[in-house]
Amino acid sequence: MATIKIPTPLRAYTSGQAEIAVEGSNVGAILESLTGQFPDLRQHLFNDDELRNFVNIFIGDEDIRYRDGLETEVESNDRLRIVPSIAGGAF
Amino acid sequence: MNVTLPSTLHEVIYTHLEEAFPNEGGGFLVGALDGNNRTITEVHPVENVFEEEEQFHRFLAEDGAFERIEDYADSKGLSLLGYFHSHPDSPAVPSEFDRVHALPFFAYIIVSVRDGKTAETRLWELVTDRSRFIEGQLTILTTQEQ
Repeated sequence: MATIKIPTPLRAYTSGQAEIAVEGSNVGAILESLTGQFPDLRQHLFNDDELRNFVNIFIGDEDIRYRDGLETEVESNDRLRIVPSIAGGAF
Repeated sequence: MNVTLPSTLHEVIYTHLEEAFPNEGGGFLVGALDGNNRTITEVHPVENVFEEEEQFHRFLAEDGAFERIEDYADSKGLSLLGYFHSHPDSPAVPSEFDRVHALPFFAYIIVSVRDGKTAETRLWELVTDRSRFIEGQLTILTTQEQ
Protein backbone atom coordinates (compact mmCIF):
# COMPACT_ATOMS: atom_id res chain seq x y z
CA MET A 1 0.00 0.00 0.00
CA ALA A 2 1.28 3.50 -0.77
CA THR A 3 1.94 5.97 2.02
CA ILE A 4 1.46 9.72 2.15
CA LYS A 5 3.32 12.10 4.45
CA ILE A 6 1.16 14.74 6.09
CA PRO A 7 2.56 18.26 6.59
CA THR A 8 3.03 19.14 10.25
CA PRO A 9 0.19 21.69 10.61
CA LEU A 10 -2.35 19.21 9.23
CA ARG A 11 -1.33 16.35 11.54
CA ALA A 12 -3.86 17.70 14.02
CA TYR A 13 -6.47 16.18 11.68
CA THR A 14 -4.77 12.77 11.54
CA SER A 15 -4.48 12.26 15.31
CA GLY A 16 -0.84 13.27 15.08
CA GLN A 17 0.10 10.65 12.50
CA ALA A 18 2.80 11.91 10.15
CA GLU A 19 2.44 9.18 7.56
CA ILE A 20 -0.73 7.38 6.49
CA ALA A 21 -1.07 4.19 4.43
CA VAL A 22 -3.67 4.76 1.72
CA GLU A 23 -5.06 2.81 -1.20
CA GLY A 24 -5.58 4.18 -4.65
CA SER A 25 -4.46 3.63 -8.22
CA ASN A 26 -3.72 7.29 -8.86
CA VAL A 27 -3.06 10.44 -6.85
CA GLY A 28 -6.66 11.60 -7.05
CA ALA A 29 -7.90 8.29 -5.64
CA ILE A 30 -5.23 8.42 -2.93
CA LEU A 31 -6.38 11.88 -1.84
CA GLU A 32 -10.03 10.80 -1.91
CA SER A 33 -9.13 7.87 0.32
CA LEU A 34 -7.16 10.14 2.65
CA THR A 35 -9.89 12.76 2.97
CA GLY A 36 -12.45 9.99 3.35
CA GLN A 37 -10.56 8.78 6.41
CA PHE A 38 -9.90 12.34 7.66
CA PRO A 39 -12.67 14.59 6.27
CA ASP A 40 -11.44 17.78 7.96
CA LEU A 41 -8.34 17.68 5.78
CA ARG A 42 -10.29 18.22 2.61
CA GLN A 43 -10.98 21.95 2.83
CA HIS A 44 -7.27 22.66 3.34
CA LEU A 45 -6.20 20.57 0.35
CA PHE A 46 -9.01 21.38 -2.08
CA ASN A 47 -10.95 24.41 -3.18
CA ASP A 48 -14.16 22.78 -4.41
CA ASP A 49 -12.76 19.90 -6.48
CA GLU A 50 -9.48 21.57 -7.43
CA LEU A 51 -6.27 21.05 -5.50
CA ARG A 52 -5.40 24.40 -3.90
CA ASN A 53 -2.61 26.03 -5.88
CA PHE A 54 -0.24 26.14 -2.90
CA VAL A 55 -0.66 22.40 -2.25
CA ASN A 56 2.05 20.35 -3.96
CA ILE A 57 1.98 16.56 -4.15
CA PHE A 58 5.19 14.61 -4.63
CA ILE A 59 5.75 10.96 -5.44
CA GLY A 60 9.28 10.44 -4.23
CA ASP A 61 11.05 13.55 -5.54
CA GLU A 62 8.67 14.13 -8.46
CA ASP A 63 6.02 16.83 -8.38
CA ILE A 64 2.84 15.42 -9.93
CA ARG A 65 2.43 18.68 -11.86
CA TYR A 66 5.21 17.44 -14.12
CA ARG A 67 3.54 14.09 -14.58
CA ASP A 68 -0.22 13.61 -14.96
CA GLY A 69 -1.49 15.67 -12.05
CA LEU A 70 -4.20 13.90 -10.09
CA GLU A 71 -4.27 11.20 -12.81
CA THR A 72 -0.66 10.23 -12.02
CA GLU A 73 -0.57 6.53 -11.38
CA VAL A 74 0.57 5.31 -7.99
CA GLU A 75 2.40 2.05 -7.33
CA SER A 76 1.83 0.07 -4.16
CA ASN A 77 5.21 0.96 -2.66
CA ASP A 78 5.19 4.65 -3.61
CA ARG A 79 5.77 7.28 -0.95
CA LEU A 80 3.78 10.42 -1.50
CA ARG A 81 4.14 13.69 0.31
CA ILE A 82 1.96 16.78 0.67
CA VAL A 83 4.17 19.88 0.62
CA PRO A 84 2.57 23.31 1.02
CA SER A 85 4.23 26.22 -0.72
CA ILE A 86 5.12 28.69 2.00
CA ALA A 87 4.07 32.04 0.62
CA GLY A 88 2.93 35.35 1.96
CA GLY A 89 2.66 38.98 1.08
CA ALA A 90 1.97 42.35 2.55
CA PHE A 91 -0.83 43.28 0.12
CA MET B 1 -2.24 30.06 20.39
CA ASN B 2 0.56 30.99 22.76
CA VAL B 3 4.09 31.21 21.44
CA THR B 4 7.27 31.93 23.36
CA LEU B 5 10.29 33.21 21.46
CA PRO B 6 13.68 33.84 23.04
CA SER B 7 14.90 37.37 22.43
CA THR B 8 18.07 35.95 20.87
CA LEU B 9 15.96 34.26 18.17
CA HIS B 10 13.79 37.35 17.76
CA GLU B 11 17.03 39.13 16.95
CA VAL B 12 17.89 36.49 14.33
CA ILE B 13 14.45 37.02 12.78
CA TYR B 14 14.48 40.77 12.62
CA THR B 15 18.12 40.96 11.53
CA HIS B 16 17.30 38.69 8.57
CA LEU B 17 14.17 40.67 7.71
CA GLU B 18 15.91 44.06 8.01
CA GLU B 19 18.63 42.78 5.69
CA ALA B 20 15.95 41.67 3.19
CA PHE B 21 14.34 45.12 3.18
CA PRO B 22 12.94 46.64 0.98
CA ASN B 23 11.95 43.11 -0.02
CA GLU B 24 10.08 40.55 2.02
CA GLY B 25 12.10 37.95 3.88
CA GLY B 26 11.07 34.89 5.82
CA GLY B 27 11.89 31.58 7.35
CA PHE B 28 10.73 28.71 9.48
CA LEU B 29 10.10 28.26 13.20
CA VAL B 30 11.04 25.01 14.93
CA GLY B 31 10.54 23.97 18.52
CA ALA B 32 8.30 22.21 21.00
CA LEU B 33 4.55 21.79 20.64
CA ASP B 34 2.34 21.28 23.69
CA GLY B 35 -1.35 21.62 22.93
CA ASN B 36 -1.99 25.26 22.15
CA ASN B 37 1.45 26.30 23.38
CA ARG B 38 4.54 26.53 21.23
CA THR B 39 8.09 27.17 22.35
CA ILE B 40 10.40 28.23 19.55
CA THR B 41 13.91 26.89 19.96
CA GLU B 42 15.25 27.40 16.42
CA VAL B 43 14.63 29.72 13.49
CA HIS B 44 15.66 28.91 9.94
CA PRO B 45 15.75 31.87 7.55
CA VAL B 46 15.32 30.89 3.91
CA GLU B 47 15.63 32.56 0.53
CA ASN B 48 12.71 34.41 -1.03
CA VAL B 49 12.28 32.99 -4.54
CA PHE B 50 9.18 34.93 -5.59
CA GLU B 51 9.64 36.81 -8.87
CA GLU B 52 12.23 39.44 -8.04
CA GLU B 53 10.22 42.45 -9.17
CA GLU B 54 7.39 41.41 -6.83
CA GLN B 55 9.46 40.65 -3.72
CA PHE B 56 8.69 44.06 -2.23
CA HIS B 57 5.25 42.61 -1.35
CA ARG B 58 5.56 38.84 -1.91
CA PHE B 59 7.46 36.00 -0.28
CA LEU B 60 7.88 32.41 -1.43
CA ALA B 61 10.19 30.02 0.42
CA GLU B 62 12.89 28.35 -1.65
CA ASP B 63 12.12 24.95 -3.15
CA GLY B 64 12.77 22.06 -0.83
CA ALA B 65 12.99 24.18 2.32
CA PHE B 66 9.72 22.97 3.83
CA GLU B 67 10.63 19.30 3.37
CA ARG B 68 14.19 19.76 4.57
CA ILE B 69 13.24 21.61 7.75
CA GLU B 70 10.23 19.41 8.49
CA ASP B 71 12.40 16.27 8.13
CA TYR B 72 15.02 17.86 10.37
CA ALA B 73 12.45 18.76 13.03
CA ASP B 74 10.85 15.30 12.90
CA SER B 75 14.26 13.62 13.23
CA LYS B 76 15.07 15.65 16.34
CA GLY B 77 11.73 15.06 18.06
CA LEU B 78 10.83 18.71 17.47
CA SER B 79 7.99 20.24 15.47
CA LEU B 80 7.87 22.57 12.51
CA LEU B 81 5.78 25.20 14.31
CA GLY B 82 5.23 27.81 11.65
CA TYR B 83 6.97 30.51 9.72
CA PHE B 84 7.85 34.17 9.87
CA HIS B 85 7.91 36.78 7.14
CA SER B 86 8.07 40.53 6.83
CA HIS B 87 5.73 43.20 5.56
CA PRO B 88 8.01 46.02 4.34
CA ASP B 89 6.50 49.41 5.10
CA SER B 90 3.17 47.69 5.84
CA PRO B 91 1.41 46.62 9.03
CA ALA B 92 2.17 43.29 10.72
CA VAL B 93 -1.33 42.16 9.82
CA PRO B 94 -2.14 39.23 7.49
CA SER B 95 -3.28 40.06 3.99
CA GLU B 96 -5.78 38.18 1.83
CA PHE B 97 -2.78 36.65 0.03
CA ASP B 98 -1.50 35.43 3.39
CA ARG B 99 -4.89 33.93 4.21
CA VAL B 100 -5.27 32.10 0.91
CA HIS B 101 -1.86 30.45 1.35
CA ALA B 102 -2.15 29.62 5.04
CA LEU B 103 -2.80 26.43 6.97
CA PRO B 104 -4.40 26.08 10.43
CA PHE B 105 -2.40 25.09 13.51
CA PHE B 106 0.65 26.94 12.17
CA ALA B 107 2.19 29.95 13.92
CA TYR B 108 2.48 32.93 11.57
CA ILE B 109 4.84 35.61 12.86
CA ILE B 110 4.60 38.75 10.77
CA VAL B 111 7.11 41.55 11.23
CA SER B 112 6.46 45.07 10.00
CA VAL B 113 9.77 46.53 8.79
CA ARG B 114 9.53 50.28 8.19
CA ASP B 115 12.36 52.23 6.59
CA GLY B 116 14.58 49.21 7.15
CA LYS B 117 13.90 48.87 10.87
CA THR B 118 11.64 46.45 12.74
CA ALA B 119 8.56 48.28 13.89
CA GLU B 120 6.23 45.56 15.13
CA THR B 121 6.13 41.76 15.53
CA ARG B 122 2.78 40.00 15.81
CA LEU B 123 1.55 36.39 15.90
CA TRP B 124 -1.39 35.04 13.92
CA GLU B 125 -3.22 31.75 13.46
CA LEU B 126 -5.61 30.77 10.65
CA VAL B 127 -8.99 29.67 11.97
CA THR B 128 -9.99 26.15 10.96
CA ASP B 129 -12.67 27.23 8.49
CA ARG B 130 -10.01 29.31 6.66
CA SER B 131 -12.11 32.46 6.85
CA ARG B 132 -9.68 34.67 8.78
CA PHE B 133 -6.74 34.87 11.10
CA ILE B 134 -6.94 35.41 14.83
CA GLU B 135 -4.15 37.02 16.77
CA GLY B 136 -2.18 34.89 19.18
CA GLN B 137 -0.13 35.69 22.25
CA LEU B 138 3.56 36.12 21.44
CA THR B 139 5.88 36.32 24.42
CA ILE B 140 9.45 37.33 23.77
CA LEU B 141 11.64 36.01 26.54
CA THR B 142 14.46 38.16 27.82
CA THR B 143 17.91 36.68 28.24
CA GLN B 144 17.27 36.23 31.97
CA GLU B 145 14.00 34.38 31.32
CA GLN B 146 15.44 31.96 28.75
